[in-house]
Amino acid sequence: MNVLAQADTLPISEPEIWWFALSPLLTLVGGALLLMVVGALTPQWPRGLYAFVSAMIGGAAGVLAIFNWDDISDNGPATLVGGALAFDTFAMWSTIVISGAVVLVSMLADEYIRDTPNDGPEIYALLLVAAAGGIVMASANDLIVLFLGLETLSLAFYVLAASNRRSDASAESGLKYFLLGGFASAFFLYGIALVYGATGSTNIGEMVTSLANRGDSGNDVLALAGIALLLVGLGFKIAAAPFHVWTPDVYQGAPTPITAFMASAGKAAAFGALIRVLISGLPSFRDDWQPIIWVLAVASLVVGSFLAVVQRNVKRMLAYSSVSHAGFILVGVEAAAHTAGEADGGMGISSVQLYLLLYSVIVIGSFGVVALVAREADADLSVFDGLAKRKPLLAGAFTIFLLAQAGVPFTTGFIAKFGVIQAGVDAESYGLAIIAMVTAVIAAFVYLRIMVAMWQKDVEDDAPAITVPVSAAIAIGFAAVFTLVAGLYPSLLIDWSDAITLVR
Amino acid sequence: MLELVWLIPAFPLFGFLTLLLAGRKLGEPFAGLFATAMVGASFVVSALIYFDLLGMDEAERSHTETLFSWVPVGDLQIDMAFLVDPLSIVMCLFVTGIGALIHLYSIGYMHGDPKFSKFFLYLNLFILSMTLLVLGSNLLVTFLGWEGVGTCSYFLIAFWHTKDANATAGKKAFVTNRIGDFGFMLAMFLAFGAVGSLDYAVINDSALAGTLTVATATGIGALLFVGAVGKSAQLPLYVWLPDAMAGPTPVSALIHAATMVTAGVYLMVRVNPVLGAAADWVPTTIAWVGALTALFAATIALAQNDIKKVLAYSTVSQLGYMFLAVGTGAYVAAIFHMITHAMFKALLFLGSGSVIHGMHDEQDMRKMGKLFKLMPITASTFIIGWLAIAGVPPFAGFWSKDEILLFAAADSWVLYAIGIVTAILTAFYMTRQVIMTFFGKAHWHDNADDHEAQGDFKPHESPPFMVLPLIVLAGLSIVGGLVQLPSVGIIPSEWQHKLLDWLHPIVEFGPSAEERGIGEAIIVGTTADDLQIPLMFVAIGCALLGIVVGWLVYQKRKIKAFEPELLRDGWHYDDAISWFMGNPGRAAFQEIADEDQKVIDGAVNGVATVVRVSAGEARKGQTGYVRQYAGVIGIGVVLLLGWFVVIRGIL
Repeated sequence: MNVLAQADTLPISEPEIWWFALSPLLTLVGGALLLMVVGALTPQWPRGLYAFVSAMIGGAAGVLAIFNWDDISDNGPATLVGGALAFDTFAMWSTIVISGAVVLVSMLADEYIRDTPNDGPEIYALLLVAAAGGIVMASANDLIVLFLGLETLSLAFYVLAASNRRSDASAESGLKYFLLGGFASAFFLYGIALVYGATGSTNIGEMVTSLANRGDSGNDVLALAGIALLLVGLGFKIAAAPFHVWTPDVYQGAPTPITAFMASAGKAAAFGALIRVLISGLPSFRDDWQPIIWVLAVASLVVGSFLAVVQRNVKRMLAYSSVSHAGFILVGVEAAAHTAGEADGGMGISSVQLYLLLYSVIVIGSFGVVALVAREADADLSVFDGLAKRKPLLAGAFTIFLLAQAGVPFTTGFIAKFGVIQAGVDAESYGLAIIAMVTAVIAAFVYLRIMVAMWQKDVEDDAPAITVPVSAAIAIGFAAVFTLVAGLYPSLLIDWSDAITLVR
Repeated sequence: MLELVWLIPAFPLFGFLTLLLAGRKLGEPFAGLFATAMVGASFVVSALIYFDLLGMDEAERSHTETLFSWVPVGDLQIDMAFLVDPLSIVMCLFVTGIGALIHLYSIGYMHGDPKFSKFFLYLNLFILSMTLLVLGSNLLVTFLGWEGVGTCSYFLIAFWHTKDANATAGKKAFVTNRIGDFGFMLAMFLAFGAVGSLDYAVINDSALAGTLTVATATGIGALLFVGAVGKSAQLPLYVWLPDAMAGPTPVSALIHAATMVTAGVYLMVRVNPVLGAAADWVPTTIAWVGALTALFAATIALAQNDIKKVLAYSTVSQLGYMFLAVGTGAYVAAIFHMITHAMFKALLFLGSGSVIHGMHDEQDMRKMGKLFKLMPITASTFIIGWLAIAGVPPFAGFWSKDEILLFAAADSWVLYAIGIVTAILTAFYMTRQVIMTFFGKAHWHDNADDHEAQGDFKPHESPPFMVLPLIVLAGLSIVGGLVQLPSVGIIPSEWQHKLLDWLHPIVEFGPSAEERGIGEAIIVGTTADDLQIPLMFVAIGCALLGIVVGWLVYQKRKIKAFEPELLRDGWHYDDAISWFMGNPGRAAFQEIADEDQKVIDGAVNGVATVVRVSAGEARKGQTGYVRQYAGVIGIGVVLLLGWFVVIRGIL
């Protein structure tokens, strides 16, 4: 109770703006404007410059977030802009993950869209805007602000998904995403309204106080209905079963680098928001929503891994596998739920954030390879036949990513899975941990299928040539090396992730 | 010297990396020689450490060498650390020793193969994984090696196979091993949950001190056994092994037979205090699974015609003996049989490889016969292996099998009976194999055309690289029993139980060992112990019975051969599984997939009407699916609202 009472004393009354703390966000938004305005005024930029600028801006935002992290370590967390945003290590971690994703995806997108009608500053500007929206989601301290972030991210994603104008699949993917996303957003917004009705505030800190002091009034049903609807909106964004239905189609249809961005930055943002809402905002209802997290986790693990097995298209396989990864991350969230609102938060939140970081790199690398190999064609499994003979390094990198996704030791995938299961075991969620491991065994089969195709099948004669542009090679190479090195020496990252806390 | 234990895996690692980078440039035969030298160097280091340990006091013979901290998560500290003790060094000695012989042999066998250097790359990687497995000081390092040998076996199964066979065999190996791995992983988490560590030392100590509850010990023991069943090819997960071995590389067959599959037995012995602390049904189950596997696989081996399939099923059967030993508490006997089995089974496999080589890649024994004169060295060494596995004294197999049977008898006469029947069958099918291959009538003339032989087809003796390991292994198969002679009056007491004296701080330790004694002392007072010498004669009698009957059936043709289809097809067990995986299993998956895409529509129609309003009528053509998707989400919304509002809120 003392902890909750402290929330009252936070300096939220002064609407003072702390510019440096907002610098990562401002950099991204400013960068997007810069690209749009300057790009429109000047005729044609040199090849690759758009991507380069975009990557630089993403990198700058990440570096600024690291400075802010230092500041938080020294001076403790706080809230910004009148309590609208949280300024804590959790937010900065998400900022770093999302900014890193911007850098890598910009490098992948460069060659992919060059010489197509889509080349231009728009794609990169939208990437940056989406990143800013994602960061707002993960650092929101107010449900309305969170919704703003969510919509900023989503609208940019809808356009990005449909951005390949020459492809019907891309247009279809964007439209589907838009319709279903709008559907889910409506639920989310209605949820906010109901929670507001029950608590009298949309500010997370004030919500906690109000709920803690609510006594036995009859408002619980209102709040519970609100939580249910909030969970629908967030479940949709994290692609947890049964709200995952859009994932395979959208991931398949969207241009592959964009898919990579959705699977990495999109997930990091959505899980950030989920933890803000549930762990920070609604700990007093944890007995009510924790079972739902459990069910969502199990459903995602089972649906994701089983359905991945029967796919023929590599992008769909990876889409379903991302659903099963969402299930794994939910195992960490479930673990964190056991201690939600308590002083000792347990390992759950750190394990979730570590997972998001490591998975982002893996999934960007994976889709990066897919983008190169199945550039024109549909990403059917047969396209990967004999890749090892044609492009051994590319096949090697993809093998590393696939092994990591399967959770093989000495890769970051193992560290990530180990972390969340460890947190689950620590919180005594043995059942969930066991289910997670069983489904990981099933999902491993998917990755094996791709590896077998690459290493043991013969090349088709009419297979189109694969060119590996330098920027994509650097991005994929970095991701592969990171996956191995951080898998071997994870202690530094684990130490950092241990320092992740939420402002209260 | 003990600090240098990391050199044991480092040499094969170096070999692996070198071959990875420069294998093609080294070419034949240097890639092979280099790889052999690396494993040989590991063997030398193992031997040096062994002598170092010999010179120490019993209590000091355990040393943990930590390389670096691997996974520090919260309270859990897992180090990349190696444990040097009598058990791990014994394992290292025979893994690297026999491994080096295999490497040497492969130089001859793989002669002229376009993927020569790649083969040695896999072999080095295999030895690396295997040494990690046996040297790991905690479950996670062992698990790493465990996965590593699994991966290598997958590569090696795939090495030469035709495409289809390769795919099925590989899949089978993958799936069954994953089931086993799953048990291993669960055991790890359970162990961590219970004692907060994955170190063998901590887990075993807490089992001995009694701080591990019976329930937890039962869980850990049973789950690790599930892992061992997968890796060591016991019932019901044995299906992958015969397939893996039936491939054309005797060398890959051999590493499965002699080293990898024994990993499960090693693991069981390593955590023996946990098995001791577990509920009684765990060891009993292990013993029964082992005994039944031994019998079951032996019956299948009776009717196989592929020279290597006989040996493959025989390996499954012999592994069953080892688990029988583990289950009856005869840990030393299990390790003893593992060592002798590695010697004679390696000999038999390499011998069969030599025959196949000499027969120009013919594996069907019905097309062999009367090879003794043409391949004298291969044949005589093979005969030594045959006598060893059949259990004829004084060859190695007799002593180890006898000790296992003795413990089985002390535990239950039914287990003993199964063991003795298996022993008769073993002697019988091995006799059948020797006669079909080396004696009887020569059938290879008829098939000369099959081999695209130029001019006269004549089987020939193998090159020196291949014959030399055969001779060494034959020597070991003769004298291998010396490491653990039983306590029988005529054997001088300083010659008895060498292996027990060496291993007992690992396998029989703690306060309880003082009371119940060690080694055969455990079974003192049982009827079996009193009957030790008669039982030994029964075993000899059974071995001879099997051999004589086999000789009558296949050489003298006095008795009609009994080889029913049912046995040849392995009791149809494999087919049943393939059928299930191929038909209902696959169909079930497909069904779920269809559900997700189409069939849900029916259930959704009601909701979809509502959804159509919110999604708008505009994109009817496009939203054929979207409607359903939205329907699924709608169902989710209803369920969530139902839970929160009705169940949690109102009720």
